[in-house]
Amino acid sequence: MKMIYQSWWKVLGVILVTYTMIAGLLFPVPPLPIIHETIRNLYFHVPMWFAMCVLFSISVFYSIKYLGNPKEEYDFIAVECVNTGLMFYILGLVTGMIWANYTWGEPWSNDPKQNSAAIAFLVYCAYLVLRNSVDEEQKRAKISAIYNIFAFPVMIVLIFILPRMTDSLHPGNGGNPAFGKYDLDNTMRTVFYPACLGWILIGSWIATLRFRIRMLESKKLNDD
Amino acid sequence: MKKTSLAIAFVLMSYMVSAQTATTGFDIRSSGMIYVVVAVITVIFIGIALFLFAIERRIKKLEQDS
Repeated sequence: MKMIYQSWWKVLGVILVTYTMIAGLLFPVPPLPIIHETIRNLYFHVPMWFAMCVLFSISVFYSIKYLGNPKEEYDFIAVECVNTGLMFYILGLVTGMIWANYTWGEPWSNDPKQNSAAIAFLVYCAYLVLRNSVDEEQKRAKISAIYNIFAFPVMIVLIFILPRMTDSLHPGNGGNPAFGKYDLDNTMRTVFYPACLGWILIGSWIATLRFRIRMLESKKLNDD
Repeated sequence: MKKTSLAIAFVLMSYMVSAQTATTGFDIRSSGMIYVVVAVITVIFIGIALFLFAIERRIKKLEQDS
């Protein structure tokens, strides 16, 4: 927990993302039909989902912790990680739609990947709605922690497993050429991995800021 | 020291050469203006990062006061 006050990993995140913004546009990419230069979206669209996944994982971790030891802090971390994760969720969906508009022909083609991502988004929106519908604080924290623990595996299955079992246009699904073995070459890896780590750090940073604000708010509320 | 910098220079040179031979559908580097875009998004991102650090400073102040 002391880590959230340290700044080395925040600086690291900024450096990594800045690097990927430069290298991601200037380094060579493999020539592929249809997608052309849009393959560079891999450096920007996919890390959004990585950041979201890590934030939701942290959230579940603290939800489980809350059930074992009902500390207000744990509940706050869980909810702020979901809040920040949802921002990355929306960014991931929107950037995916922009890309799909130029490669699949329309922003929303009811592709399995898109549809399940939309459903999982609603599952997480329901988490926030559920929280706001319970007035009593401890009850709210407990119920939403349990809901969160169930929502996480549902989200993973919807986004990462079900689309892979059917025919999806999305790269890496249903026998589609992924940004994998054949076209994610080593040059792309030198940008893609730092991009993921960088955005995960930036996302966590924003979540800690929101968590600290929430702690201050709660302290103020208790003082009054 | 000289040897390492020479090695780095060679690696960079081979990079540039490979960058020039890569042909994509429409090569955005060939227009020579992509650096402008790179500069713009880098400035935007660094600005946002500095803004985040500023928020962090303000929160820290509040935490110390309370």
